[in-house]
Amino acid sequence: MEKKLLSGDEAVALAAVDAGVALGTGYPGTPSTEILETFGAEGGRARWAPNEKVALEVGLGAAFAGARVLVTMKHVGVNVAADPLFTAAYTGVSGALVLVSADDPGMASSQNEQDNRRYAVAAGIPMIEPSDSQEAYDFLLEAIALSERAKLPVMLRMTTRVCHSMSLVERRGAIAPAPPPTFVRDIAGRVMVPAHARPAHRKLRARLEEIRRANETSPLNVWRRGSTSLGIVTSGIAWQHVQEAARTASLFRVGTVYPPPIEALRAFAKSVDRCVVVEEGDPFLVEQMRIAGIAVEGKPEAFRFGELSVDRVRRILAGDATPEPAPPRATPPRLCDACPYHPVYGTLKKLDCIVAGDIGCYTLGVMEPYRAMDTCVAMGASIGVGLGLRHALPEAEARRVVSIIGDSTFVHSGLSGVVEMVYNPPPTGHVIIVLDNGTTAMTGQQEHPATGRTLEHLATSRFSIEGFARACGVPQVHVVDPVSEADGFEKLLKERLAGNELSLIVARRACVLAAADIRKWDKENAERAAACAAGCEVR
Amino acid sequence: MGRVVNVVVAGIGGQGALKASDILADAACRAGHDVKKAEIHGMSQRGGSVQSDVRFGDKVHSPMVPRGEADFLVVLAADQIEVNRPALRAGGMILGPELFDEKALPNRRSLNVALLGALSHHLDIPEALWLDALRAALPERLHELNEKAFRVGRETAARLTR
Repeated sequence: MEKKLLSGDEAVALAAVDAGVALGTGYPGTPSTEILETFGAEGGRARWAPNEKVALEVGLGAAFAGARVLVTMKHVGVNVAADPLFTAAYTGVSGALVLVSADDPGMASSQNEQDNRRYAVAAGIPMIEPSDSQEAYDFLLEAIALSERAKLPVMLRMTTRVCHSMSLVERRGAIAPAPPPTFVRDIAGRVMVPAHARPAHRKLRARLEEIRRANETSPLNVWRRGSTSLGIVTSGIAWQHVQEAARTASLFRVGTVYPPPIEALRAFAKSVDRCVVVEEGDPFLVEQMRIAGIAVEGKPEAFRFGELSVDRVRRILAGDATPEPAPPRATPPRLCDACPYHPVYGTLKKLDCIVAGDIGCYTLGVMEPYRAMDTCVAMGASIGVGLGLRHALPEAEARRVVSIIGDSTFVHSGLSGVVEMVYNPPPTGHVIIVLDNGTTAMTGQQEHPATGRTLEHLATSRFSIEGFARACGVPQVHVVDPVSEADGFEKLLKERLAGNELSLIVARRACVLAAADIRKWDKENAERAAACAAGCEVR
Repeated sequence: MGRVVNVVVAGIGGQGALKASDILADAACRAGHDVKKAEIHGMSQRGGSVQSDVRFGDKVHSPMVPRGEADFLVVLAADQIEVNRPALRAGGMILGPELFDEKALPNRRSLNVALLGALSHHLDIPEALWLDALRAALPERLHELNEKAFRVGRETAARLTR
């Protein structure tokens, strides 16, 4: 087959097509977003879930039924999905379940740089890690096969550079299909009451040990013999940097990150005079090796932070502790000139609000000229954090507290915050502003339940933000256009801040980048509906 | 191992820097090279700095151009030249917007393709492959305009190096 220049994300999507993946689900998040978009565009059944936890649960159910499933998310999304993940390791799966964790070392577009290799150890989930697009393709096929063989969920860990870099990929062609899904009852295996979970945990550990033994000779690991004076153990994107920075050294690339091939690594370390582990992020492989009693050199602490590069690998190997050159002063991102959120932030600044913020484009309200955001921690956290501030601050300050959250973020994990607000209202009440621009803008304009369109932009039921708030019992629910009714918005906000009632204000106006597309999709959907009403076959 | 050619394409979100790097990577791929391209998506599309590394040769490992090893720095915004200069090797070449009188280009948005035209003069990739890559990356209604911009760039570079 002909080689094509693809990103790691695209390669994973094409592998999912070739592997006969029956369902792809997830929540948008840089750098993972393009996987499901491409899978959908290539004919796969791709869906955006409201959040990562729901995505993993839907995936798990489908894999219980025997299907091959792909679930995608960014690294912090795995935190949201962690609850079902840990127990899914006990239940295992009947089909195949591959969870892509797209980590963001260096935080190109994230709030932290957590290293999700830690999740593989903590949850007891096998993890493999590719280093370029061809491997992203091959490893996804391998992850599906491993999941089916071991009857366990498998994590495919990627990082920003592997997701978004492009390199040549040759497809292998379709693999044998999975048997058609059917329900096979397995109460002891899937109902995790303590009496079932205790033996399930022992079974998991036994399976992981079997996988560890198989990993000792896995072709995903590469031992390249070179000079015996220096040996380098590496994984992920660092493998590519290392091959360029240390052309004569002996190299061991760990593809099976968890469980690591510890005896092979012991033999490798013994074969060289100096053994250095070069890995991006946390000292993960170094710790795994040291726990097993293998003496290895790690990288200096300074290289825990940010991405590695060929230059940084050279420094690690040379033991160069001199200060690194400062990265270039790039122009920071900012709200688009015509963004409908400008008047909102103008008003928040003018009223000197204390703003509990959230995650999305609107986090850019923290930049000049507004500086109108005081906290930003996690998806949905604006509501809980805002309520906490209201509970603790003296009345005059408590009255200035506002929670700001985007539409997609609100659906993702703001709903239970509203329930908390109604259940445990602060004495001064509270004000939530939902910035509803009709899209998941920051990640590149993906659909979500409140847009009323599916991943493929087809009409579906629309979740109503204001309807939800009213149903929860929020007494003051308002919808305003922050641009055409800017004065009204300011007046309303002043009034709500002065009162003690709970309030939710939806500031609704389409994202300027998405508005034309939204009009086009709505028009097409209306035409489809009209054609169906006229008697065509419903697709 | 054969020599790897390193190009850094930089600009501001929305200028077409990433599109230019796509076209360059595709042209190199069509010429039979191993190719890797690295860039950061995400917040950059909100008007921030955009930078993309393209590397090609017999065998490319890291997708990122090591500091001080870029052979060419293709910059769409004058204020991004200094920011990206540390990427350039000694004796490397900067191709920036000052190469062109704005009136010489079909329009301002075609600066990215004009700079590719200039770059093409210095690279050993046949012109026909560049044009194939250009057409594959752009909708048909933009072909004529961008082919013109490419030629303007290529001729300008030829004139300047004569």
